[in-house]
Amino acid sequence: MELEKKHIQQATQEEIRPPVTIMGPMGWIRANLFSSWFNGLLTVLIIFLLWKTLPPFFKWAFVESLWRSDGTACRDAGGACWSVVSQNFRFMIFGFYPHDQQWRPLLSMAILVALLFYSRNRNHWKKLLVYAWLTGLLLMGVLMKGGILGLVDVESTQWGGLPLTLLLAVFGLTAAYPLGVLLALGRQSRLPAIRTLCIVYIELIRGVPLISLLFMSSVVFPLFLPEGVSINKILRAQVAIILFTAAYIAEVVRGGLQGIPKGQLEATETLGLSYYHTMRLVILPQALKIVIPPSVSILISAFKDTSLVVIIALFDLLKTTQSVLSDPQWMGFSTEAYIFVALVYFLCCFFMSNYSRRLERELNVERA
Amino acid sequence: MPTPEEQIIVIQKLHKWYGEMHVLRDINLIVHKGERIVICGPSGSGKSTLIRCINRLEEHQRGRILVDGTELTNDSKNIEKIRAEVGMVFQHFNLFPHLTILENLTLGPIWVRKIPKAEAEEMAMYYLEKVHIADQARKYPGQLSGGQQQRVAIARSLCMKPNIMLFDEPTSALDPEMVKEVLDVMINLAQEGMTMIVVSHEMGFAKSVAHRVLFMDEGQILESNTPVEFFENPQHERLRLFISQILH
Amino acid sequence: MVDTKDSLPESKTSFWYDPAKRSILYQVVSLLFVGLLGYYLLSNTRHNLERQSIATGFGFLQKEASFEIGESLVAYSAADTYARALWVGILNTVLISGIGIVLAVTLGILIGIARLSNNWLVSRLSSVYIEVFQDIPVLLQLFFWYAFCYEMLPSPRQAIHPMTGIFLSNRGLVFAVPATHPAHRYMCAAFSCALIAVFFLRRWSRKRQERTGRTFPMLGTSLGILLFFPIGAWWLAGAPTAMSMPVLKGFNFEGGLTISPEFSALLMGLVLYTAAFVAEIVRAGIQSVNRGQTEAAMALGLKSGRVLSLVILPQALRVIVPPLTSQMLNLTKNSSLAVAIGYPDFVSVAGTTINQTGQAIEGVAMIMAVYLCFSLLTSAFMNWYNKKIALVER
Repeated sequence: MELEKKHIQQATQEEIRPPVTIMGPMGWIRANLFSSWFNGLLTVLIIFLLWKTLPPFFKWAFVESLWRSDGTACRDAGGACWSVVSQNFRFMIFGFYPHDQQWRPLLSMAILVALLFYSRNRNHWKKLLVYAWLTGLLLMGVLMKGGILGLVDVESTQWGGLPLTLLLAVFGLTAAYPLGVLLALGRQSRLPAIRTLCIVYIELIRGVPLISLLFMSSVVFPLFLPEGVSINKILRAQVAIILFTAAYIAEVVRGGLQGIPKGQLEATETLGLSYYHTMRLVILPQALKIVIPPSVSILISAFKDTSLVVIIALFDLLKTTQSVLSDPQWMGFSTEAYIFVALVYFLCCFFMSNYSRRLERELNVERA
Repeated sequence: MPTPEEQIIVIQKLHKWYGEMHVLRDINLIVHKGERIVICGPSGSGKSTLIRCINRLEEHQRGRILVDGTELTNDSKNIEKIRAEVGMVFQHFNLFPHLTILENLTLGPIWVRKIPKAEAEEMAMYYLEKVHIADQARKYPGQLSGGQQQRVAIARSLCMKPNIMLFDEPTSALDPEMVKEVLDVMINLAQEGMTMIVVSHEMGFAKSVAHRVLFMDEGQILESNTPVEFFENPQHERLRLFISQILH
Repeated sequence: MVDTKDSLPESKTSFWYDPAKRSILYQVVSLLFVGLLGYYLLSNTRHNLERQSIATGFGFLQKEASFEIGESLVAYSAADTYARALWVGILNTVLISGIGIVLAVTLGILIGIARLSNNWLVSRLSSVYIEVFQDIPVLLQLFFWYAFCYEMLPSPRQAIHPMTGIFLSNRGLVFAVPATHPAHRYMCAAFSCALIAVFFLRRWSRKRQERTGRTFPMLGTSLGILLFFPIGAWWLAGAPTAMSMPVLKGFNFEGGLTISPEFSALLMGLVLYTAAFVAEIVRAGIQSVNRGQTEAAMALGLKSGRVLSLVILPQALRVIVPPLTSQMLNLTKNSSLAVAIGYPDFVSVAGTTINQTGQAIEGVAMIMAVYLCFSLLTSAFMNWYNKKIALVER
């Protein structure tokens, strides 16, 4: 068999362009939309459906819509009645909060947003941040309640709308976190009594719907208290949300604790560190870093779940909207109102989940 | 003179692009039946891409590839026919973790060649004996070492009775002490007359069984020679640089 | 000479430094704390219940319920007991959860696979769906669909009538169903026979493949059998075509099968919401399978259908099933939101019971107990499944 013995080739440097069918817009369309006859069919079908549905929707939502009229004018017109939002905006967002004092919940929300934006940058994650958050939360509470520093006292029964939603979610998560961490540590404990108590609590709470806990908070909690003592409704709902969220945080933190190599514990034992110091200085900082993305996901869930307080008649964002819709003047425009509320929730949750994904990517890159 | 029928792989003026990147430039290669070729070169030179074009794991945009007379096009019947004749061994073994070793080997014969189960298992045990790993037949890939897994991967490809075997850096992912056991199996295979194209840096292997060694860089085959001449008398300056780098 | 002692002097560790004793102390203290707290809450409760003259115990279950339930799978009237009312509630919960899970998982799988499609339009649209439906609270989605049913749909007198026997109005979707006829019983029997036949056919085809290597077109044949056995029974029983047609009588329809707006709104909301999460799970599961697995299977010459069923799916399912069962449980828990739109699920009925009897503790305890049962069943299943399919590693 005579084989090619020797062959040398000079490296060619001339550039040959790839065929036009795989490059540029034509290439992209061919590869992404029409790569097979089935795909081509799907593409055509989807474009047809979009053609049928999008123009009428835009016509309804933007062309024929009314933005600043009243109910009767809206009923006569055929398009979307965004006036239901624009005319009732302040009630939907702030609930029964006194009109002239509404700058206070607005300021509260602004502080919250500012804190969130500040926390986005991971270079700011130092002890200072924790103090900033604590002061921020305190400030928000003071602003909402008033009664000191010359601010008019506003009863919590008048709190409502978006600030109430944010309050329930943020305070809920903040208070639930330490409880959740304790539960997770308790679940890992070698002491059987403590471990059993924690497991029972976690499994019980995770197995029942939030609504049952909210029911419990509104009808059963009052029975637990001695005669004459009463806690306002918002606080009861807040406690229910805290107890609920803590169980989920406990599971997530448990996952984080299990992700820590056993060598870490062994190292601390050889150093003679106490249990408290081991947890506080070595284990928890590492575990909490791992669980930040799933924790943001719990925050998003908590934010969405606050909408359930509608059922126990607390005036969060959803309930204020429903009140507006029960007004005879604005009855029948649920679609527009709900789209608005959905947009608010969507924007908040979208930014949070986007952040969580970005964070996960950054932390993964670091760990690799 | 080798007759055209003995040309088992013919590659003419092959070009491939990944988007704007020209990863294979004007590749011309003829492989004869029973021939053993080793391809080496720096990473990113296109060696893996080239052999993956041969069994259509990658698509080429220009040029022709003929495997045993059948041209590689978008026609799926041709592709399946060619894949059944060309075996491939991967750098990371790619054994199916949810199946036993035996099931890994019989999967292809049962579902592609439609061979009855008993016959397929008999053949599988034969090949497992050949790679000296028959005692692990009922175990799962997760229970085997890297070297054992790669030998199983070779046996799995052999069960399809291929005419050509492609090896994509078969020993690069192995611990040093396991490289020899896999190379021994490959040398045995070579001595039985299998047509092999191996992408590898193992010079010892190239020197002992290869008919030709190819040097690729930046998508082109820059030098092709017998092993002895290739390593002792490199002509191309880039090859000389490459050899000096791997001979540390 | 050093005097070696036989044993070291006994060291006496102080009480506080002995870990064994300390652990017992911690446990005793925590149990005591929990116990005292429980006792305090219980005594308050008992006192308050007495004060408000609310009964305790489950005796109320035997009392007459005296409220109507809009939809029920079994016969129920206001004269029945609370126990029966609650039972209707449980059945309704199981009904909506069952149908919801089947639809949500099917839709979620389709959208998850679509998300991975190499058709840009398809994959973009799926990811938009997933993002939008995950980020809007499920209760809001329920309200939206409920309002949609009531505001966008006409009254029964002007019901939408796409074809004979189907009417869509704000009282629900009514459609004609075959009038009850003994043939239906035969059809059910035929279907069961078909299932058994398919089972044995599968076994036979597998044995034949092991023996001779030839494959048998199982999918097409099974579908054919499952379809034709019942149709054959129907034809043999005289091919009854009598239908119970919905007829407008007064303000509403009579006859046919009605799906109420509450049911449809609840189903739509739950299915669309949960499907978004299922889609993500399916996508992550399929992507978790190494690309090399597909390549190795293709290099052996397997067709893409076989690659999927023999290599990819078994590995993807390991990753998909645990979070999938969590989502199914979530759907069941979310069905409790039915109380907000008036569908009589268990929480809804229990809520009415609490309102009427005032026995909040028993009511809430029952709600929790029922859902705990669902949870524990799901956990048990998941543990069993995980053990069964765990990959064997060294």
